[in-house]
Amino acid sequence: MSAAAQALVRLPVWRARFVLAALVGAFALLVARSIYLQAMKTDFLQEKGDARYSRLLEVPATRGRILDRNGDALAVSTPVKSIWAIPADAGLSSKQKKTLASLLSIDGRELEKKLSDASRDFVYLKRQVSPEIAESVLALGLPGVHQHAEHRRYYPGGEVTAQVIGFTGVDDAGQEGVELAHQATLAGKPGSRRVIKDRLGRIVEDVEAIRAGEDGKDLALSIDSKIQSLAFGALKAAVEQHRAKAGAAVALDVASGEILALVNVPSYNPNNRARLNGAQLRNRVITDLFEPGSTLKPFTIALALETGQITPATRIATAPGRLTLAGYTIRDVHPAAELSVAQVLQKSSNVGAAKLALALPREAMWDLYRRVGFGAPPQLGFPGAAAGRLRHHRGWRPIEQASMAYGHGLSVSLVPLARDGELVALSLVKTGAGASGDKVLSAESARAVRAMLELAVQPGGTGPRARIMGWRVAGKTGTAHKQENGGYAADKYLASFVGFAPASAPRLVVAVMIDEPAAGQHYGGTVAAPVFAQVMQGALRLLAVPHDAPLEPIPLPGEGEEAKEST
Amino acid sequence: MAKLNLLLLAVLVACALGLVTSQHKARKLFSELEREHGRARELDVEYGRLQLEASTWGLHSRVERIATGTLGMRPADPRRTRVVSRDSR
Repeated sequence: MSAAAQALVRLPVWRARFVLAALVGAFALLVARSIYLQAMKTDFLQEKGDARYSRLLEVPATRGRILDRNGDALAVSTPVKSIWAIPADAGLSSKQKKTLASLLSIDGRELEKKLSDASRDFVYLKRQVSPEIAESVLALGLPGVHQHAEHRRYYPGGEVTAQVIGFTGVDDAGQEGVELAHQATLAGKPGSRRVIKDRLGRIVEDVEAIRAGEDGKDLALSIDSKIQSLAFGALKAAVEQHRAKAGAAVALDVASGEILALVNVPSYNPNNRARLNGAQLRNRVITDLFEPGSTLKPFTIALALETGQITPATRIATAPGRLTLAGYTIRDVHPAAELSVAQVLQKSSNVGAAKLALALPREAMWDLYRRVGFGAPPQLGFPGAAAGRLRHHRGWRPIEQASMAYGHGLSVSLVPLARDGELVALSLVKTGAGASGDKVLSAESARAVRAMLELAVQPGGTGPRARIMGWRVAGKTGTAHKQENGGYAADKYLASFVGFAPASAPRLVVAVMIDEPAAGQHYGGTVAAPVFAQVMQGALRLLAVPHDAPLEPIPLPGEGEEAKEST
Repeated sequence: MAKLNLLLLAVLVACALGLVTSQHKARKLFSELEREHGRARELDVEYGRLQLEASTWGLHSRVERIATGTLGMRPADPRRTRVVSRDSR
């Protein structure tokens, strides 16, 4: 540029300044804006940016399996699909609706009704269908019909294990039994993680694990499904044969306190719970209360021996076969003038047992009952466990001293006798090891009562039908009048039998209760004892317990060889 | 000086390209890993289903029914069974 030209175009100075000022101003504006965006709105903007590519994924936790002690599955979760629709979007032709209804096996009109309700944004067409069906629904390519993954619980054991295992609801949370009791262990924790997805929806990068998920843990129960199924079969047959209202049975491992079988009749199929009633759901072994009556006599006698006041040979006057206490008369079915302590147990003499009980210091008895767990709910971690009732010894009436949860109470009261006086906590979960327990009785008293219980199943005792071939059995019958409206019902009985085998070295305790047998027979020795024998024989064989008796067929007791009892 | 700058520029470009490739590789590997994880889950589900099936087929009552019914088996007579304990031969 020449000097002449410079002189020619001489611009006013203010213009250059104006441009400079404008540039500076614009720059300042940019700086201000960037500060505003970077410093003040940064969170918002970053969030928006993340929303374009990063996704939060829920990592669902699979519910743990429930296994039996040998690892056989008792409850398994498998994924299923739920089909849902947005009614407003689902403009289906009548042919499509027909196909859909037949695929989902639902009523065509019902489907019509669900889809015509345009006011709803979300409607389940069918929950928990198998993945194969979901696949073919998806293949139809229907608009507005969607599906999402869920889990469904299957119980291969069906009605045999129903009350023990319980079940889960549609949302996969435990609602009954072990499913409920061990919900925390089984459910696991769903996790979530943040990932970066590409255009095609593939995960390309793991940004962070927000919550580490944890799958539910498998739970091994102490139940042996073979013994369980055996017990269920035997109990069900007996309940049907005696037209009873209900029945329950428990089998315990003496060494570890593990429950090998716990069955209830009537039962239900947990895989199909369309028609259920409370009676079927009830786990009578744990939730129902009753007065143990006769079946508690061994315990009373063990305590009497413990005090040293009597020996098994001590004679007790039982004439005239009845005893009136506080306005209530106790009767013997087989009145005798005098019985030894062993015979009191063998014949289940109510008068003899009452006299023995009355002679005992109340406090010691109360203490023993309490230590064994009467009056407290069974420590099994089972929902709905009945607490039972144990009157304080000062308020004891001679008749009702203790009640406790049915099968649990019966079986637990025999454990100290079978274990040389040691009480052991019961477990529904596999422990796999012997358990040590509190000493509640001396070994001598426990052995003495054991010998008496063996007599009780010999001809002349109350439970000869409990004997099995090959093993020595010991046990006690019970026939209790049921309590009704605050009194005892005249013709409603509860037949029970509790015993252990082999008597030389007890391995199993089995308790059987039959509620309201109505086919003519109601004694524990005739109704419950045969079930005991069946379960015990099968279980001992399954566990390969060495025989301790000669292998001779057991003759059925003849007329008059069997003693009856009335409590 | 200019030469050094050019060299540095070349190194920078090389590094940048390397970063891009490795990032791409990492993402590819990661999606493969995800796929395998998915497969593992599927297999787990399959295992559960098979286990369920095994328990259903092996149901004690079913085994007993078939053994006594179709196969005509019966429990061994206890009189002809001997239980041998582990420590005595």
